[in-house]
Amino acid sequence: MTPDELEQIAEEEQGARHQFEHRVNVCVAAGCISCQSDAVKGALDEEIKRRGWEKKCQAKGVGCMGLCAEGPLVSTSDGTLYKHVTAEDTGAVLDALGGEPVSRLVSPTEVPFFQRQRKIVLEHSGIVDPERMEDYIGLSGYSALIKVLSEMTPSEVVQEMVKSGLRGRGGAGYPTGLKWSTVAKAGGSQKYVICNADEGDPGAFMDRSVLESDPHRVIEGMLIAAYAVGASEGYIYVRAEYPLAIKRLRIAIRQAERAGLLGTSICGTRFSFRLDLRLGAGAFVCGEETALISSVEGKRGTPRPRPPYPAQAGLFGAPTLINNVETFANVSSIILNGGEWYAKIGTEKSKGTKVFALAGRVMNTGLVEVPMGITLREMVFEIGGGIPDGRQFKAVQTGGPSGGCIPSEYLDMPVDYESLAKVGSIMGSGGMIIMDESSCMVDVAKYFMDFCMTESCGKCVPCRVGTYQLNEVLGRICRQEGTAADKALLEELCDLLKNTSLCGLGQSAPNPVLSTLRYFAEEYRAHLEEHRCPAGVCGVQEHEVVA
Amino acid sequence: MITDFAKPTAPSQDKRWRLVDTTMRRLGSQSRGLIEALHTVQEAFGYLDDEALRYVAVSLRVPLSRAYGVATFYHFFTLKPAGEHTCVVCMGTACYIKGAPQLLKAVEKDLGIAPGETTGDGKISLLTARCLGSCGLAPAVVYDSNVAGKVTTQALRERLVKWTRHDS
Repeated sequence: MTPDELEQIAEEEQGARHQFEHRVNVCVAAGCISCQSDAVKGALDEEIKRRGWEKKCQAKGVGCMGLCAEGPLVSTSDGTLYKHVTAEDTGAVLDALGGEPVSRLVSPTEVPFFQRQRKIVLEHSGIVDPERMEDYIGLSGYSALIKVLSEMTPSEVVQEMVKSGLRGRGGAGYPTGLKWSTVAKAGGSQKYVICNADEGDPGAFMDRSVLESDPHRVIEGMLIAAYAVGASEGYIYVRAEYPLAIKRLRIAIRQAERAGLLGTSICGTRFSFRLDLRLGAGAFVCGEETALISSVEGKRGTPRPRPPYPAQAGLFGAPTLINNVETFANVSSIILNGGEWYAKIGTEKSKGTKVFALAGRVMNTGLVEVPMGITLREMVFEIGGGIPDGRQFKAVQTGGPSGGCIPSEYLDMPVDYESLAKVGSIMGSGGMIIMDESSCMVDVAKYFMDFCMTESCGKCVPCRVGTYQLNEVLGRICRQEGTAADKALLEELCDLLKNTSLCGLGQSAPNPVLSTLRYFAEEYRAHLEEHRCPAGVCGVQEHEVVA
Repeated sequence: MITDFAKPTAPSQDKRWRLVDTTMRRLGSQSRGLIEALHTVQEAFGYLDDEALRYVAVSLRVPLSRAYGVATFYHFFTLKPAGEHTCVVCMGTACYIKGAPQLLKAVEKDLGIAPGETTGDGKISLLTARCLGSCGLAPAVVYDSNVAGKVTTQALRERLVKWTRHDS
């Protein structure tokens, strides 16, 4: 495909869009599909046909609109958002086009949940049809790739990324530009680009949504990265638990191959890039880059010591660039608008926006993208709409099993890499789980330790044995059988794991325990000294099992 | 090194082995294709038995121990056939704090099986998931590959009863 052809498709798409008097978008991402949004889409198509409106009204399946708890969601070109739409409602929705919206279904959009967001990664999520490449091109998709191939040298692309200040969105926050330049400088004729879509944190679904809603955006980001670092092959390592994301990625890759955007001599240049999928098979540790590489090679996903870093010796021993889905999804916007534009968003050290998955005991559960530096209070009480059922906020958990629980006294803290680390948590991939007084923090710590224990790959002793021992001690405390010595034992084990484990899984596994010990010491005390659980969670369930 | 390597014959005439062969060929019949090949076997046959592991191992020229090692390392692979119906309870954090443990206990009590097991009559398998990514709809349960959100113990029990009765 040549730049001219691409422009032609874009123009045709924009023209086609204006032909319709009305447009109705139905969310067909996994959240809404599990509330039968595909039936809504089918009913809409049928109703349009029945009315003979094919030329007047377009019904389109689109990606995530964010407010997952209120699905199925439908939006119209009048700017109305409908929630809890059923197949029976489609007639009413069509009747209301151009007039008064159906009030019983309207979900107000003039609320902080939508108003406080700043969308870059999710820019086209909920607008673009994830299964049609032309639709993506119509929204200036692949124009960043054209710009890079026709106007920029690889080192200029890397410079732009450095300027943007973008940091890895997988959790650790390593500067993306620096990573790219290391791989670009590495020698060797064969290099790889890998997209880490092994979103293993329980309670996080940002990457799934991005892949299901706008897969071409990720592919375009990978293409630009490959051009910048000099790679000719790439893989997307995606969880097998995300069948819809896999299906849409397969479609997107095939479309891009047919259009000559993947393969040899892309857009008539000497740049070639082959992209393939690799399915994960349910191992949390494969989110760690060296374990992921081992898994792509068809082996057990066990990490190895670094250095050498993958940037020097990665997949099949060749220099490899590994970035997260969200990192790649930022690339095209940075190229089109410039690194300086991106660097103006966010805070001094954490630039840009971040996608968060809000879940747990909060009114508005779903997907949001906000500028870095927003406070936790704004996240929970404004965007999240506060705690349901008149209960009290207790903690927000970020970073999954590697993160920590942050109590109410830090609600006014800005959300950025450094601040979160300071209070003993991490940014992580963006899962944000809100807990109220009905959660017992010792039980939560036990939950995460049980997770880390099961997911430990078993290669290094501190992690394999340490997580087991920590889980035992926490289990004892939860069963009200703990002793005063157990608290010191917990601290000692945590320290050991943190300092001696081979990879990030073991090193960060103590975080949930340490953060709850630090901020919810009173709950541990109640369990240990008074043998009671203030939240009423522990003990009760154990008896039920016996019965 | 043996360069003249005869291609092993499939364990049976079953056409599904062709799918497995296609996957292995696509990845150059090399050891790097092991995980993808096992995915195809599981998709086609529902689980990985000794015969399948042996066939894939020989075809890709890896020791059987490595094929077995990979198959048991990853949670997604199962070495036992699943029941007629599967019920997967999501145990992700969001589901956990919204009552997934209670759902799981209800199933365990009603069916008398633990996660990873199948009822004696081979009707229902109970599984747990790390996280389905349907956190906005917590607690979530997958009934035969259909995700259901905001599941209550009552709704879950009704489904189990329907499955048990429907086929008997």
